[in-house]
Amino acid sequence: MAWLIDGLSWLALLGGVFFMIVGGVGLLRMPDFYTRLHAASITDTLGAGLILLGLMLQGGWTLVSAKLLLILLFLWFTSPTATHALVKAALSDPENPRPLLHEDAPSSKS
Amino acid sequence: MLHALSLWLFCLGLWLLLSGLFDNPLLLSFGALSCTLVVFVAWRVEQVDPEEQPLRLRFGPQLILYWPWLLRQVVLANIDVARRILDPKLPISPALIQLKPSQRSELGRVIYANSITLTPGTVTTSLSGDSLEVHALTREGADALLAGGMDRRVAGLERGNP
Repeated sequence: MAWLIDGLSWLALLGGVFFMIVGGVGLLRMPDFYTRLHAASITDTLGAGLILLGLMLQGGWTLVSAKLLLILLFLWFTSPTATHALVKAALSDPENPRPLLHEDAPSSKS
Repeated sequence: MLHALSLWLFCLGLWLLLSGLFDNPLLLSFGALSCTLVVFVAWRVEQVDPEEQPLRLRFGPQLILYWPWLLRQVVLANIDVARRILDPKLPISPALIQLKPSQRSELGRVIYANSITLTPGTVTTSLSGDSLEVHALTREGADALLAGGMDRRVAGLERGNP
């Protein structure tokens, strides 16, 4: 049983590292600010999530795991807010080109 | 009064969880004292900026079903964006779209906007009144949002209590 938990934990940690690296590569490859944000959001959703999951599997049913879960929860609540603040700042800068509009966006939908 | 009590219980629960001290009466009473201080400060601030009760459930049991669904969407979107990043041709088609969210409450709209941002490939750029502006990395991501699956689910969360 212990080797199974250990193996799953390693799998999660390696997966997290993989998504972190992919996010970094995306940050370098994407052409402009807005598309880079999408690459960066990989690192703080699945990248950080899988690493914390791997650590929780190492911790077992302890207070440490509960704290790791809290970290994950706070991270997932605050990172969209931080991303939103970044976008607002970028949009308010007149030197930053506004992204294109989707041409077939409907005018009203509810 | 109920508000203060629920805030106090919430703070004490968090304190116990973070400290992990359950058997030292002196430290426990310090913890309870600091929670009381927090409630006092919150009560003073309340007169300027009213807030929700932390333990009052705004949404029904649907929220328990929404989180796993959102988690699945986030994982799928992560894999999709990761595949596009690793593709040598970099197949992206970024665009801004306008959405009309159908949630009635402010909290519902914020949950919707944050869910969009949390999903890689789509970022909410502005939320004002009853219009939502979203930057999408791909046409597929934009079309999925325009189809309104997530919008309906978040609106379904608040159907129970108008």
